[in-house]
Amino acid sequence: MSEIAQPSPIAVPLGAVRPLLRNWRRHVPLMLVAPLLIYMLVLYALPVLAMLLRSLNDPTWTLSHYTALFEDVVFAKTFWITFNTSVIVTLGCLILGYPVAMGLVRAKTMAPLILVVILLPFWTSVLVRSYAWMVLLGRHGLINEGLLALGMIDRPMRILNTSLATQIAMIHILLPYMILPIANALRQIDPSLLRAASGLGATPFMTFRQVILPLSMSGVAAGTLLTFVLALGFYITPAMVGGPRDITLSMLIAQEVDQLNWAYAATLSAVLLATALGILAAARHLPGVGNAFRMSMR
Amino acid sequence: MILARLLPASIVGLILFFLAFPIVVVAIVSFSSATYLSFPPPAFGLRWYEAYFSSPDWLNPTWVSLWVASAVVVLATVLGTLAALGIARLSKPMRVFSTGLILSPLIVPGIVVAIGIYYAYSHYGLVGTPIAMVLAHTCLAVPFVVTSVTASLSGIDPRLEQASLSLGATPAATFWQVTLPLIRPGVLVGALFAFITSFDELIVALFISGTGAVTLPRRMWDDLRFQIDPTIAAVSTLTIVLTALLMGCAHLLRNRNRA
Repeated sequence: MSEIAQPSPIAVPLGAVRPLLRNWRRHVPLMLVAPLLIYMLVLYALPVLAMLLRSLNDPTWTLSHYTALFEDVVFAKTFWITFNTSVIVTLGCLILGYPVAMGLVRAKTMAPLILVVILLPFWTSVLVRSYAWMVLLGRHGLINEGLLALGMIDRPMRILNTSLATQIAMIHILLPYMILPIANALRQIDPSLLRAASGLGATPFMTFRQVILPLSMSGVAAGTLLTFVLALGFYITPAMVGGPRDITLSMLIAQEVDQLNWAYAATLSAVLLATALGILAAARHLPGVGNAFRMSMR
Repeated sequence: MILARLLPASIVGLILFFLAFPIVVVAIVSFSSATYLSFPPPAFGLRWYEAYFSSPDWLNPTWVSLWVASAVVVLATVLGTLAALGIARLSKPMRVFSTGLILSPLIVPGIVVAIGIYYAYSHYGLVGTPIAMVLAHTCLAVPFVVTSVTASLSGIDPRLEQASLSLGATPAATFWQVTLPLIRPGVLVGALFAFITSFDELIVALFISGTGAVTLPRRMWDDLRFQIDPTIAAVSTLTIVLTALLMGCAHLLRNRNRA
């Protein structure tokens, strides 16, 4: 290198940056995170924000897109369907998920098998699982053919392309998100508490009501929240197996983008996003909720 | 007493049946010999697998998906692992901001991400290119890498790194010879998750794959609009087997790491 031969042109800038260079180690963590932060800002966060901005500045700065929602019958109906579906699906997951979580935690030799049965559908893509329900619920699907063969019905029932089909398929898809946090909470209950309860004369039901259930509430809260927020954003499943008039918020957004109604699509997106984030923010102090999303990956 | 023990077991069994049955049915239907969708199949055969493996309409999207997912693995694993190494040592406000940004794709509804990306990428003429798919899928895959690597970093005994540094190793040598071997299972698990995230992704693909970068899920979606012939069952079964194998590897790696 020629640094020594030509000292003067380099010495000045080097002198200026020397304090920075001396402390460069302090900035190593930021230097490690910066590539990903810049990547995600440019290729994900700013695109989404730019799109959402269309709800405020199309054609000029205005809140009219939001105020118009209050009189928008299509929006009201869609929001109601989305919310209603999410509530039903979350309740369904809770009712079906709690016993499985208990079974998983209590099982000894069967536990790995139960875990595989829970995780195999969990690892399968939403598209494939929705397709599976098309196969089962269709006019000539397994359920209809089975019921016809048993003589329980005279002609095929319409199950596919109804809101019931959406609810069944969504419960199937979201059930692991409910089971895993609850199982995690149940696993942390000290077994000596259960022995103490029965030693003091509590029936199994009383032990469940007064010991197990209260101590598992953190898992229930986390699972419920996770399931509900994920259900709000469902698009593929309702579009594939749902009824033609059961339009969810996500489906309406996609339709509006197809018709290049960007301002309306952006407004709906902002509402959907605000609802999901609002619910999470309101519940963030609940125990167990912070870990819920990380747990969804286990 | 026997009833009390049997009843919950049978209920749990029924719910587990509900979870597994649809997947099993798809696998059985894929081996049907019938030209239409019927269950149980009249006879078994491999005709739908032959249909898949002899059709460029199916094989081309498969290659696109595999290429995109492989590129996503490289990009997401490198960016995500670097970030995971730095994130715990950031100042608090910076850490909260970074964690929020990096993990947000897990919470933000898929359609919002998809149309935001479509909106911006179409301005730059990226729609319909495999590059756009890689760039977008990496954002969705990165949270899995960061959480996985962060988890294995938190399990490292800090004295190992301190010992290496105090024995005269440079920080770079310490990273390559101490830290990286210790977090390797976490990095691999993150890479597997990244692959599957991209390979299975549909909503973003619906908007930005156009006609030039049709992925396998996109091809399945297009096909399902018109018919539900058993070729999709064969494709589905193949993807179920592939993801199950990869996820099985991820679980084994993680358990070994924990032990």
